[in-house]
Amino acid sequence: MTHVKEHDMASNNELIAFRIGGQEFCVDIMSVRDIRGWTPTTPLPHSPEYVKGVINLRGSVLPVIDLAARLGFRSTEPTARHVIIVTQVGTQSVGLLVDAVSDILTITEDKIQPTPDVASELARCFMKGVLAIEGRMISLIGLDSVLQTHPNPGSVN
Amino acid sequence: MDTMAAIKQTFFQECEEQLAELETGLLSIESGESDHDTVNAVFRAVHSIKGGAGAFGLDELVRFAHTFETALDLVRSGQIEADAPLVRLMLKSSDTLADLVRVSRDGGEMDQQRVSQLHDELTQVANPGAAPAADPEPESVAEASLPDAFAGEPAGEADENGFVPLQVSFDGFLDSDADLEPAAADNIFRVWFRPKPELYAKANDAAKILREICSLGEADVACDASEVPLLSELDPEGAYLSWTIRLVSGVSEDAVREVFEFVEFDCDFKVEQEMPADPGFSFEPEPVASVAEEPALPVEAGVEEAVIPQKIMDRIAEVAAKQTTAAKPAAGSQAAPSQQSQTIRVDLDRVDRLIDLVGELVINQSMLAQRVTEAGIARLSEVAVGLDDLEQLTREIQDSVMAIRAQPVRPIFQRMSRVVREVADMTGKSVRLVTEGESCEVDKTVIERLADPLTHMIRNAIDHGLESPEDRVRTGKPEQGVVRLTAAHRSGRVIIEVADDGAGINRERVVEKAVSKGLIDPNIQLSDGEIDDLIFHPGFSTASAVSDVSGRGVGMDVVKSSIQALGGRISIASRPGAGTTFTMSLPLTLAVLDGMVVNVAGQTLVVPLTAIVETLQPKESDVHGLGETSRVVSMRGAFLPLIDVGYELGYRETETDPLNSVAIMVETENRAQSALLVDHIVGQQQVVIKSLEANYGHVFGVAAATILGDGQVAVIVDVDAVVAGKRTDPARTDIANRKRNAA
Repeated sequence: MTHVKEHDMASNNELIAFRIGGQEFCVDIMSVRDIRGWTPTTPLPHSPEYVKGVINLRGSVLPVIDLAARLGFRSTEPTARHVIIVTQVGTQSVGLLVDAVSDILTITEDKIQPTPDVASELARCFMKGVLAIEGRMISLIGLDSVLQTHPNPGSVN
Repeated sequence: MDTMAAIKQTFFQECEEQLAELETGLLSIESGESDHDTVNAVFRAVHSIKGGAGAFGLDELVRFAHTFETALDLVRSGQIEADAPLVRLMLKSSDTLADLVRVSRDGGEMDQQRVSQLHDELTQVANPGAAPAADPEPESVAEASLPDAFAGEPAGEADENGFVPLQVSFDGFLDSDADLEPAAADNIFRVWFRPKPELYAKANDAAKILREICSLGEADVACDASEVPLLSELDPEGAYLSWTIRLVSGVSEDAVREVFEFVEFDCDFKVEQEMPADPGFSFEPEPVASVAEEPALPVEAGVEEAVIPQKIMDRIAEVAAKQTTAAKPAAGSQAAPSQQSQTIRVDLDRVDRLIDLVGELVINQSMLAQRVTEAGIARLSEVAVGLDDLEQLTREIQDSVMAIRAQPVRPIFQRMSRVVREVADMTGKSVRLVTEGESCEVDKTVIERLADPLTHMIRNAIDHGLESPEDRVRTGKPEQGVVRLTAAHRSGRVIIEVADDGAGINRERVVEKAVSKGLIDPNIQLSDGEIDDLIFHPGFSTASAVSDVSGRGVGMDVVKSSIQALGGRISIASRPGAGTTFTMSLPLTLAVLDGMVVNVAGQTLVVPLTAIVETLQPKESDVHGLGETSRVVSMRGAFLPLIDVGYELGYRETETDPLNSVAIMVETENRAQSALLVDHIVGQQQVVIKSLEANYGHVFGVAAATILGDGQVAVIVDVDAVVAGKRTDPARTDIANRKRNAA
């Protein structure tokens, strides 16, 4: 219906909204490649707690990040009802484990408000801003910071 | 336009090959293993580059190639000897030629000073009498040097003359059979003549001069139009053509020179008495020469220089096209008949697509095999037998596809010889590079990504490894240092070594440095090997002064991580006074490996088969405690450390009971053996390696990931890392831990 071209993005953004632990978040739809149900992951040795492991995504190995744990919430005990949002930033693909996907939002850039100071240190560094939509507050997640720095330091080159 | 661009691209690809041939040839001349064919091949390589460059109007490249060719021709004809300094100069020139090609292709700036200096040196070689300082037109090195080389020629001694005509002159070799050559009565002259614009401005006519020469005897006139620019850049009053005349005549050389009496200041010309053609040498007609066969060109068209018909430009493009297709077979068949094989150029993307598909096929095939087993179909049933055949075929397809990507390491080794020359120059050390095993084949990607680490290690070896010549002499070593670069296949991997015969690692300094940087505890006792390993620590650099050569802000840790990223390992061995050896072990391909699928703490893991020696069920009598936590298993009289993979990788909190486990004996890169404990063995299977680094990063103890037949991801164990992480030596684990923590 809404036909969004890439050059329109500055004014009109489409966002995927999802829920983690009762709060709502969203990411830019342009970086979302796929949304799939939870499948058991293969755990990786010596990985941080928020890395759930890896899954087979059509022949490539996709790390799955528990976004709740990443944002400093309690880590998720995934069930079949949980959802993995497959995102891509640059050349890197990463799956984000969330509770449920709720909505697609179309907003303009000026609707994005700065993150309030009350948010925790950890949460603030992943949030690009907040949106007020129909009385709900939805936090916009910046994927760059979520995807970066999660592998073992010293091996990123 | 697109065709032109495509032709040009082909030309540059050909150039790369010619340059490689050039360097190979020069190196074998340097090592004294050359024969006449080698010299010819070297000459031809430069000649082809020049010819092609001419067709594309790459003037700078043509000029340099021409001078280079001139000097090479003298070597070829035996007029000068290819002694060590000359070969060095030629190697430098070949480097510069490569740079010029690259600049022509990619744009960028050339070190003009270096080009012109080499240019002068080459000119000097071509004509020892000439002093480059005497250049009448210093602003244009190439133009100046030609008449200059001529001016310095001792009159009458044509043999010493450093002149080689432009490529068209090889018609001379072709047209005249050596046997039919007039014995003595007639002199053969090669006359080269290039009018300057002034000649035309003074109402002289090149055609008249050519006719006059022709009147002296039997003359073959060939016109070189390679310097003609594009029509849009053409100066209507410029002079772009030159001629080469092969004259058979009874007159003396002076008589020929007389022809130019009235124009001698308005043109560049040379007259040279030709050597008898070398019967052992025959030259292929190169398409550039065919310009001369264009009947319209030689005299009439050339005189009216201001008007260059589009026809010529088209023709040049055509020639270039022909040359690119013709040059390769010619070079291949003449230079090395043994290497003759047909090749096609294939876009790498297509090969990679094929490899990906075959990878999926392998996964699919093993998935099918698993399903068949699960369905309870008998092993001897036709389905199972057919499946075995399919597996065989899949493997063969995979091997063949992998072979497409496999490339010999030769090109990269050759590139290193240039690094050696440059660093040796910079540091003032005398270095010889010895290479072995250049024909070892490795995956193209491995080779490409090896270039930077190798360059860095070679730089290091020369800059830090080798002592100064004085120090070497003082310690009784030969003044010339040796850097040895070798490649060999060993148990499914390729081992590349960079060894120098320098002073070895100064362990005291390393420790001092590590302590001062807070990398290690000053009280800790480290073995020699551990001290050597410290240089791989991030931020470690032993050179007290950051030198221009190897101090570029990257250390051996970067080398190590780039090798690791390739699924490789690097180790160091050093003996004081005798030198240092870096050993890299790399996978042959980045795509598949044979693995043993095992189960550990509920996880499915893959252990590379190449590392496995044998498996066994430990008996109680074989297992011994060693110290507080370590255990060993005795096997045929040897005690091997027992390593619980599940515990090491953090899959379980406590170490497992060896008696309920299977021990897999593995051999690591340094040939030490250990026993890995796993819960049970599932089977053996070929797995497709999937990168974990692409989307995640390097994980300690994990080499890569793979997708098993059931679609699940399994990690491939990095045996060396697991073993090294758990060496029974406490200091060792200490370092490993600290390294991990520090990182």
